[in-house]
Amino acid sequence: MSEKEIKNLEAIFEAKIARDEKIEPKDWMPEKYRKTHIRQMSQHAHSEIVGMLPEGNWITRAPSLRRKVALLAKVQDEAGHGLYLYSATETLGISREELYEQLHSGKAKYSSIFNYPTITWADIGAIGWLVDGAAIINQVPLCSTSFGPYARAMVRVCKEESFHQRQGYEIMLTLANGTPEQKEMAQDALNRWWWPSLMMFGPTDDMSTHTEQSMKWKLKRKTNDELRQQFIDQTVPQANILGLSIPDPDLKWNEERGHYDFGPINWDEFWQVVKGHGPCNKERLQTRVDAWEEGEWVRDAAMAYAEKKAERKVKQAG
Amino acid sequence: MSESKNNKKNWPLWEVFVRSKNGLEHRHFGSLHAADAEMALENARDVYTRRNEGVSIWVVESKNITASNPKDNGELFEPASDKVYRHPTFYDLPDEVKHM
Repeated sequence: MSEKEIKNLEAIFEAKIARDEKIEPKDWMPEKYRKTHIRQMSQHAHSEIVGMLPEGNWITRAPSLRRKVALLAKVQDEAGHGLYLYSATETLGISREELYEQLHSGKAKYSSIFNYPTITWADIGAIGWLVDGAAIINQVPLCSTSFGPYARAMVRVCKEESFHQRQGYEIMLTLANGTPEQKEMAQDALNRWWWPSLMMFGPTDDMSTHTEQSMKWKLKRKTNDELRQQFIDQTVPQANILGLSIPDPDLKWNEERGHYDFGPINWDEFWQVVKGHGPCNKERLQTRVDAWEEGEWVRDAAMAYAEKKAERKVKQAG
Repeated sequence: MSESKNNKKNWPLWEVFVRSKNGLEHRHFGSLHAADAEMALENARDVYTRRNEGVSIWVVESKNITASNPKDNGELFEPASDKVYRHPTFYDLPDEVKHM
């Protein structure tokens, strides 16, 4: 194809997206669109999969059967979300094995928030409330993104996410209304998860490199800073209901802006964790790799059994 | 790339179709990997129907689906677009004839 023909196809493609038409896997797409989507969607899938680890840590120690079944169901949902997203990514022509390989080798990233430890039960409450709350704000706009399989997967994910946030908030509510020690535990979890949750929206707009292109392709509909502000504005009143305080001395309602002002985010910490120096980066990845390697014999046995059964069927038919 | 580095066979890809309730058709829900059809059904139940989203599941190995190519959409679908006489509004009837 000549350069002129490609330019022409690209113009038709961009116009299609501008008209809010969806792109489906077999449609022509610019190579950059394919690559960007493989990167973002697989990163999203990896985040769901690694995201099971910090919470899985507490399944056996959940304080009641009610909490245990809820947490199990939530972690199972995260696995499901990872699987929806992996299969949507595969429609772009990359295999599941390649995607896993990218995660396990450290080539692909996942959300940095999962590199923080869950040291008390209150962390499970804080994750549901804050981390899933931030994820919902990030994900809702993706339900109308331009790539069909991604948008469809996100519709299903978003439907399931709201239970996650509510179960987390209920945990926080119970602790906040419990003994002084329990309330302190809830406050401590909020203190530790607040800032990393704000970092989930990514670098500030002036530092963010992909925004313009992502807006055009509807991978983003609002900027990082707008989404972060939305999260803060909706979360502060929720903290007030809990009777907990947000660990930010600069946090103050700004009547003129109609938003909360907030203090500076430690971007140095953010980049340290992204680069692999967070509290749990090594542990998370190792756990994931171990699970994959230790499951190998099960996958092999299942495949061998399937082949044996298929052979037997052929023989019986003959 | 359906075989990994050491030439081992990986679980193939299956497409999943779910009937959400009787009276509705099966609809494509997504795909998943499984060793055989039986496992594909069980995995489909766990991945796509955790909240009573279905009463019936079909799975079919993805390689068995033949798909049309969007590049051929012109010759494939355009013949239908100039046949306006296939639509009821093509025919002129007096207003007195109601409900036809």
